[in-house]
Formats: sequence, structure tokens, C-alpha cells
Amino acid sequence: MKTDVLIIGAGPAGASAALTLRHRNKTVAVVANAPESSSLYKAPLIANYPGVKLTGPEFQQALLDQMAEEGVELIHGRALSVMNLGETFGIAVGNDFHEATAVIIAAGITRESAYKGENEYVGKGVSYCATCDGMLYKGKNVAVIGTSSEAREDMEFLRSIGCNVLELTGSEGIEIRGEDKVTSIVAGGEEHEVACVFILKDTISLSKLVQGLEYSNGAIVVDSDMATNIPGIFAAGDCVGKPYQVGKAAGDGNVAALSASSYVENKNK
Amino acid sequence: MAIVTLTNENFDATVKEGTVLVDFWATWCGPCKMQAPILEQLDAKLGGAVTIGKVDVDEEPVLANRFGIASIPTLLIMKNGEVAEKRVGVTDAATLEALVK
Repeated sequence: MKTDVLIIGAGPAGASAALTLRHRNKTVAVVANAPESSSLYKAPLIANYPGVKLTGPEFQQALLDQMAEEGVELIHGRALSVMNLGETFGIAVGNDFHEATAVIIAAGITRESAYKGENEYVGKGVSYCATCDGMLYKGKNVAVIGTSSEAREDMEFLRSIGCNVLELTGSEGIEIRGEDKVTSIVAGGEEHEVACVFILKDTISLSKLVQGLEYSNGAIVVDSDMATNIPGIFAAGDCVGKPYQVGKAAGDGNVAALSASSYVENKNK
Repeated sequence: MAIVTLTNENFDATVKEGTVLVDFWATWCGPCKMQAPILEQLDAKLGGAVTIGKVDVDEEPVLANRFGIASIPTLLIMKNGEVAEKRVGVTDAATLEALVK
């Protein structure tokens, strides 16, 4: 499945970009993960965005409804990686992959830093995708860090293939230990033997999502057109830096969409 | 040259000589599906100078275990039967091309 633009994130930046692109006759897919843990969703009231007086959940739902009405294709899941395939970008989401001429990253921010041992054991027993790697750990002890509805579905999947799942929220003082590969995880002061740790937080850290993407102090570096250092990849919203406000995110999304639209038109010439 | 399906039976004979790029993958894995067209592109470009083989970890648990595959896709560069390089995660064509040269 190929679209002109694929947007990662369905918050105000992603939705603003998607709507702008639809109004420019571009085909758009938006990767939307479970919204419950976003800071927007937790807002009791959106009080400083013009014309809107809604709770966080109401506002998020309104964005999703509006995108659906405008013919935006919504893909539910977590984006795992973005890769340059030559003429297009490939974006892996769960057990599928999508292609697009341009990509807009509007994935918000993940405030947590890596767990102790996480970076050391990526690909050696630390996994970000239960559907990808679960089968390699059939019948074994695994730990899952994550509390979203999607993380719960993944836990059910792992149990269904015979994994013995240790459920963690990530706030237990996590340390991942091992030698060549992961052998155990420390949580809440107790050490548990596990063969794999699945980290299923809502957004994958930016450096792992896109290889070679330039970022500084945890924010994606963009120019005034919201273009990143990789031609064809744009970014908008909280992931490009402060202030973390709906109005700024929507504005960013609008600019990113216009830039992505020109990029697509130039490519198709 | 077509991409070779590797099994426990033909693996050792295939990787014994020269450079072979081996992709450990599975049908349920999105990033693996994304790796597939990259390998096809690379295969077309290299025109058979390097053999490219694919191991379905679901069909070939013995091979997955033998090479300690902990996450897929994992790509091995085999040179004369030995593992020269191991890459975990989707890898672009340019990086792979540099590694097999």
C-alpha cells in the first residue's frame, strides 16, 4: 500500500498535517497508536487553543473523526522503523509495512530515557516488537514493559504462543542484565530470569525509528520548512521541541504538510 | 540471480565458499517485509556476485538457534563459511552493499 505522504502520529501536529495534505489532493496515511498515554489525552481541558473547549479525550476523538471524514487512511499500531527504499520510504508498523513518497514525523515526545542495559542489549534480547520477535521465545520467560492497550494485546499474543510473561510498567527501577544476550531483568529490587525484554512504550525513541536522523537534546532538528536532514522526511509538533502546545503543533503540522506536498509534486514531475 | 531459500539441509553447502548475505526473517514481521524489496534491489544490482539467502526462522528454528538470532530481521554476512558481520534490524541497500564488498 503506497500513499503520497505517511504521517507518524495522530495528535494535533499529525492531524493538522493530514488535513492540509488532503486539501491539496494528496493521499495520506496516518499511523495512530493507542492515545491513552499521550499528554494531550490526559488534559482535563484544552483551554488555550482558539475556538476549542474540549477535554483531552474529546479533542483527540475529534481529530480522528475529522481525519476519517476527510479520507485519511488510519493505521492503528506503532511505527517501528522508517527506511529509505530508493524512490520511496518504507515504514514498518507491527507486522506490516507501508510505502510513501514523503514522511512526516509527528510522534510527540517520550520523556523517559533508556532503561539501564536497554541500548546495550538491543537485538540481543531487547525487542520493540512482540509480533516480530515473540516466536523466537516460544515457551520461555519474557518480560514486557508497557501499559497501553496495545501492550496488553501483545502480552496476550505472547501468552498465546506459550511465553511466561512478566508484566512491568517501567517504573520499577528496571535494569536489564546479561552476557552475550539478556539473561535477567531486575525490577522492584528482584531479579527475574528472562530470555527477552519487550519494551512496548508508545513511541520508539527517535534515533531507533530513523537511522541517520539528526537530533539535538532529544528534539529532531528541522529548518523553517520543517524539513529534517533527510530529504523527504519532515517533522512537526512536540518531537521538534518546545513549547509543547497544541497551537504550535498544529502550526508545525501545517507547514510540514505544505513542504511535504511540494516535495511530492517535485518527485512526481 | 534469484534469492535462495536456505534450510538446515542446504545452508552449509551454500555458505561454504565466497560471500553470502543471509537474511533471518519471518512472515509475521513488518520490518522483515520491508527488508525484502531492499534485498531484491541489492540482488539485481550485484548481479550474482554475492549470493543472497533467506532463512524463515519459523521453518528453521535450528538455524535461528545456531546463530543466536534474538530479533528479526537479522542479517549475517558470511565469508567462506564464517560469520564476518551481524546486523540486527532493517538495513538499507547502501550499508549492505558496503558490507559485502
